[in-house]
This record gives sequence, C-alpha cells and structure tokens, in this order.
Amino acid sequence: MGLAHILGFSLGSVLISAVRSGKTRSRLLYIASILALYSLQPALALRQFDFWLPTAAIALAIWVWVATMDQQRKLEGEDRLSLAILAATLGLLILSSYLPQSLRAFVSLPLDLPDVTFGIILIGAVAWSIRRIKRTIRSLDILLIVLILTIFVGLKAPELSLELSRAAREWTGQSPDLASILDLNWLGFSYIAFRLIHVLRDHQSGRLPSMGFQSFLLYVFFFPALSAGPIDRAERFLKDLRQERKNSQWTLWWQGGARIVRGLFQKYILADSLALVALNASHINLVQSSIWLWVLLYLYSFRIYFDFSGYTDIAIGIGALSGIRLPENFNQPYRQADLGAFWNRWHITLAQWFRAYVFNPLTRGLRKGTLAGSPWLIILIGQLATMILIGLWHGITWNFFIWGLWHAVGLFIHNRWTEAQRKAKELTGGSSQLKRIRALGSWALTFNFVSLGWVWFSLPDMRTAWSAFLKLFGGSLG
Amino acid sequence: MADQQLSLGELEEVHKASLVRLTLKTFVVIVVLNFLFMMLDPIAVIGKISLYNRVFPGRPRFPYSDDPALSFNLTVNQLDAMFASHIIKQAPKDPSEYRILLIGDSSVWGFLQKPDETLSAQLNQLDLRTKDGKNVRFYNLGYPTLSLTKDLLILDYANIFQPDLVLWFFTLEALPWKKQLDSPLLTFNPLASLAILNKHAIRIDAAQDQLKPPSLIERTIIGRRRLLADLLRHQIYGLLWTATGIDQNIPETFTERAEDLTDNTEFQGISSEQYSDSLLAFDVLRSGIEQSSAPVVLINEPIFISDGANSDIRYNFYYPIWVYDHYLSALEREVSANGWSYINLWDILPGDVFTDSAIHYDLNGVGQVITELLSSPPLANLVN
Repeated sequence: MGLAHILGFSLGSVLISAVRSGKTRSRLLYIASILALYSLQPALALRQFDFWLPTAAIALAIWVWVATMDQQRKLEGEDRLSLAILAATLGLLILSSYLPQSLRAFVSLPLDLPDVTFGIILIGAVAWSIRRIKRTIRSLDILLIVLILTIFVGLKAPELSLELSRAAREWTGQSPDLASILDLNWLGFSYIAFRLIHVLRDHQSGRLPSMGFQSFLLYVFFFPALSAGPIDRAERFLKDLRQERKNSQWTLWWQGGARIVRGLFQKYILADSLALVALNASHINLVQSSIWLWVLLYLYSFRIYFDFSGYTDIAIGIGALSGIRLPENFNQPYRQADLGAFWNRWHITLAQWFRAYVFNPLTRGLRKGTLAGSPWLIILIGQLATMILIGLWHGITWNFFIWGLWHAVGLFIHNRWTEAQRKAKELTGGSSQLKRIRALGSWALTFNFVSLGWVWFSLPDMRTAWSAFLKLFGGSLG
Repeated sequence: MADQQLSLGELEEVHKASLVRLTLKTFVVIVVLNFLFMMLDPIAVIGKISLYNRVFPGRPRFPYSDDPALSFNLTVNQLDAMFASHIIKQAPKDPSEYRILLIGDSSVWGFLQKPDETLSAQLNQLDLRTKDGKNVRFYNLGYPTLSLTKDLLILDYANIFQPDLVLWFFTLEALPWKKQLDSPLLTFNPLASLAILNKHAIRIDAAQDQLKPPSLIERTIIGRRRLLADLLRHQIYGLLWTATGIDQNIPETFTERAEDLTDNTEFQGISSEQYSDSLLAFDVLRSGIEQSSAPVVLINEPIFISDGANSDIRYNFYYPIWVYDHYLSALEREVSANGWSYINLWDILPGDVFTDSAIHYDLNGVGQVITELLSSPPLANLVN
C-alpha cells in the first residue's frame, strides 16, 4: 500500500462514512473493497495474472461462503443484489482493460474475453456444485481448507512457487526459462487465506454467525486490511458492521486521522530511514566489528516493528475513517519483560489465530491422549507446532522454520522457568530494588532474544544467517 | 480520562472542534513554515548541520555515489553538506600542519579506489614533513565530473580551510568553455556558482540559462523536499560508513577503458580546422590561481595512451591526437607566459594501470604518480 493508495483510501473512507444510511455505507465499502483488491494487486510478468489472482481470491471467497451457508438458507434478494453488484463491478473492470494503457487503473493488459467468460462460468459452476453436494459431503469444509492450504504452500515455498510460475508461463505462452517466484506475488493472500480458514473452522465447530454474501466478502476483502492485516474475526467484524454507529463521523475522522498520521510517521519516516542501515545480507561481511553487527541488528528490530506497526496503524486509521474498528496488532511488544508477553503484543491477531486453531485444539487433544501425564511435553509440542507454523506462515524456508523454532524453545523455557519460580515462590521474594533489577534483566534478555531471532527472519538463507550469528558472538564460518 | 467524563454528544462536539482546529492549525503552520523557509532559504545552514566529525568520523573524500545502498554513500551536491561531512572540517588547522589540498575530477576523488588507496590517502601514508618540520597533510577535494569551473567552486569554498598549497589536477576534457557548466555541482548550487563567475569576471554565455536561482516555490520546504531527504539520508549513511569504512561499491569486474578506438578525429564535435585555443577555459585556471589563498600547482593529469585500433589518430576514448597535442602546446604557452607552477604527468603511466576510463588508474598508478609528484620541483623543494 503506497502513499497514493493510502491517500485514495482515506479520502474514499471519509466520503463513505459521510453517507447517512448504514446500508448504503456497507454497499459502498463492499464496492470499494472489490476495487481495492484489483488496484492493490501489483502488475505481474505473467500476462493477465493481475486480473486472475484477485479473481481467484474472490472465487475462493464465494466457494467458502456457499459451503458455509446455512443449509436452509436460500439466496435472498440482498445476496442477489450483492452478486449483481460484484458482476457489474467485474464487468467494468474487464471493460476498463480495453482503455488506453495510461487509463488502466486496475488491470495492466487487455483481457482475453473468451478466457474471462470461461473463468467466470467455471467459478459459478463450482459454486453451484458446492451448493449441491454440501449436503452429502460432510468433509467439504476440510476439502476447502486443504485447497486453501495447498495454494498457500504453493505460493510460500520458493521451489514450488517457481514450478507453478513455470507452469503458468507455459499456459500463458511465455518463456518458462524466465520464471521467477515474483511472478506469483498474490497480494494479501496470506491474510485472505487465514480469514477463510477461520470461517471454515468456525463453521465446522458451529460458531460461525450467519453472514450475507456482501458482509462475507466485505469481511474477507475489507480494503484497509488487505495488504498487511490485521486478521479480524468474522463475528467481531460483523458486529461492528451491523451495529449503529456510536460515534459521529467527526469522532471517526479524528481517531482515524490520528492513527494514519502516526502510521505514516512510523512507516515512511522511521522504518524507511532505518531500512537504509538496518541489518541485511550485504552488511555482514563488511562491518568492522561484532559490535557494529549488534547495532545493525537492533536497528533491524526497530525497523521491522515500525514498518509493520506503521502499516497496521494506517489500516486501523483508514478502517476508523470508514466506521469499522479493526483489531489492534501491536501493543508495545519491545517493552515486555518476557517472551510470552511479547507474543501477546506482537502481531496479536496472527498469534491469536494460531492459538485458537493450532495450539488450543492440539494441546486439548494431547491432554486426552497418552501424554496426559506429561503437561510439560504437551506444552513443548504445542509451542513447537504453533511457533514453527507461525514461522512458515511468513514463507516456507529453513530460515523461517528456525525462527519459529527459536521462539518455540524460548517460550517453552520461559514457561518452565516461570513454573519453577512460581513453585519456589521466588517471585515474591527480594527487595524492591532487586525486583527492579530482575525486571530490567528480564526485559534486556527478552529484547535480545527477540532481536537474535530476527537474524533468522531477516537474512535470505541459512548460511548467511548462521554466519551473522557467529559473527555477532565474535566467530566466523572460516 | 477526560473522554470518559463526557457524554457521546459532548465528545462529538469536542472532536469536531478539535478536528477543525487541528486542520486549520496544521494548514497555517505548513504555510508559515514554508513561507519562512522560502524567505530565509536556510539550506546552507541545514547543510552545515552534520553528525560527521562529531558522532561519525569525517569522510576522507566528498560524498558521491552511483549506488547508495551498496556504497553507504550518497551524492548530495550541496556544498555545505559536502564540506561538513569531509574530514577537513574535523578540527581547526594545527600550527604544525602543512595543509595541501588536492582539487580535481574523479581520478583525484578515487573512482574504483578504496578510501585508503586514493592519491591523498597514499600521500598521507608517507607521513611527509616539510623542510621546516611541519607535518604535511593532504586532503582529497576531488569531485567526479570534468569541469574547471566546478573545481573553482570547490577551491573558492576551500579557502576558509587555510591551505598552504593546492594541487590542481585537470585534463583537457575539463577545459572546453561549452562544458564548464555540465557538472551537477554547479547547477545544484546556482547562486554560489553565479557568485564565483561574477567574482572572477568569467563570462559563460549559457550561465543565465543553466544556473537559474531557484524560484520562490522551489525554495519552500515542499520545493526542497528531495534535497532535504537526501541530506537526511546522507547523515544516516554515516552509520554504515562508520561501521564498514566503505564509501564506494567497487565491483569485482567492470568494463575496462577502450583499447580499440573509433576512427572519428573530432573532439566534442570540433574538427581540427574549427579548433582554436580560445575554445579552452584557461581564464578559469587563471582565476583559480589568482584567487586562491595558497600557491597553486597545476597538474596535467595522466591519460591512457592506447596501442589498439586507430591509436595512430587517437590517444584514447576522449582525445584525438591532434587536439591533445594542441592543448599541450597551448597549456605550456599559458604556463610559461604567466609563470605558473606546473607539473605535466600526461604520459607517465603505462596502459595496464588504467581501469574503467582513460583517466582512472589503480593503486600502482597512484604509486607512480606520487613518485613523479615528489620528484617534481614544487614538491621536491617542499618536503624532506
């Protein structure tokens, strides 16, 4: 989301929030979100894929909505109208692809009409089939989760992504030799996928509220949160969307504007300035001493925080301008004195997602099994599975695996340490000065542990990361 | 807390009033700040504010880079900022120091040379003393691009640093009048450049077009936003300069200077019939020598002399033989007529020391240039 999008989205949100009718406001947000989905998608080397990837995201959302619709529910007038609006918007997008190049704001190349027609018929046919078979196939939700995860893995694993790119290039008649993982840069798919999986899992467990077509698509594609989250929960989003606005538009503009300004400052002044000097692969062998590498690593820690937190502030601010309160994603994570508290305040919505759909069900299941007598082992397995998956969510590489493992081990050690201290009742002992020193030491340990974890996260491969790790402690790979 | 004590309606009013007030205040502040910035034009003052020589060590050569992310260096083209980050600004001159400034183009700046491989760095490593026992310190004030007027601008500014001697390196390519304003350093500093031209009564026809002072709008914060951002980035890169000691990305391989040459015998579109010595800006050399606060030694810098195709009509990529020979004669006539101090190094280097251009040479070349310099009268008479 660049400055032009932020400005456009902010102005659009202000205009939409000025509309008095809640129904019309929702409708406008829905249209804006569909347009934003195409507008934010960067142009790709794969011909017409800047149309097909957002369209595939819409297709997945439609299929998930159909699969999770109440069995008894039929298409209501409101749903039909929303579908018609979607079709009309897509129609305009397709027509806009034939405008002169300088006027094409959403799709970079003229679209192939027979392909588009076939694609839309296919999406509709699959949706119709899902509606027909969902009564008979009980595991449809699981099938859709598997489909989404398969796509996710295909995009996030570099080797698979390259193979997919080659295949796509052969399909579009382009040279497979020029395939690159950047060919399949599907904007926001990580977030879209996790919203859809959340919906399917909640549908399985019977917790999913009934959602109309428009509300559902608006939840999945709400434009401020498309590119960098946060990952809202459907029932919370729906509640916000449906309830009468408590605050006046002035209050929304005040709150939203303040968040956007804060986010812009964090992202475009702090993070972008720090990016010039923060740790990267080219610095490791150039710095003259380990101390400088530590400095660059700390700068990276702040850079990634300001970057991500700044984006979140902008998203929350634009959401507030339009009348939707998005959940918080960061809450002073680097001021925390233990790793557990850090993960309660860093990428909060992602951590909550994994807690709800991985850690909790996994540990519940293990408690019922043969490991019931070993709570520490259950926690270790739960932490390992959760944190490694959080790592792999960022990309299926060894570096992200190690980053997840690093935090899992850290969380487990912290858990055991806290447990041991609780038993020994050491936490209550000691003078207030000793407690302050202990708190300061805990903070320093946590911050350094998290910062060292960024070595795995920020560097492109294991060898580079390991080399940096050794150099930080005065060693070298030789 | 105050929010909780207000009703929703009251809160709305507060927010409405606050938002309107804030918007108006922001607008007024932006307008006033931009107006003040436009009136005061504080770029020179801002340029002098620097973390270099305080938090970060000063740079041994001016900030310049084609690829900032790999060089940890940035071309700012703002004279005050360039000098503020230079090691020459580090401390007042010590009475025991004999200060020699090196002025010139990218060969003096040290293209494809590490900071400790440049001419000035290698000279400093010799730890020379003058005959009366002063420590000789050399300062690299070379700057890429070929223009004597650009050198004059730097020399004029550098007078405040109390030089004892100036070594002014140049080659023919820097002399044509029509090329004098081609350096971005001049166009980025139009007022200073015009002042220099006026001060030295140098008349360049294109000056009024190419050295336009910024308009009022261009002098606002908004108009200066790119320069301000560059000045900030220049400071930020100081951290990586300190951490790595790198100020130039030197690729492992590069395109070498052309050995085989074109058969074109024109020099910058001028044939031998059209050529006249009046096309060369010897007046700029004269102005520099007259206005410098220290004696100036003119140095005709080494050029690559090719043995390849068409080397019978051209010395190298830059020069047909006829024009360089004309220039050498004219320069020697000027030197002789004016009694200038002069060292001619044009043909002292073998071809294999030249790197990516006909004027850039490697560390071996630097060593040979130093040997020649120190054995030439102006310096041989000076140092022990």
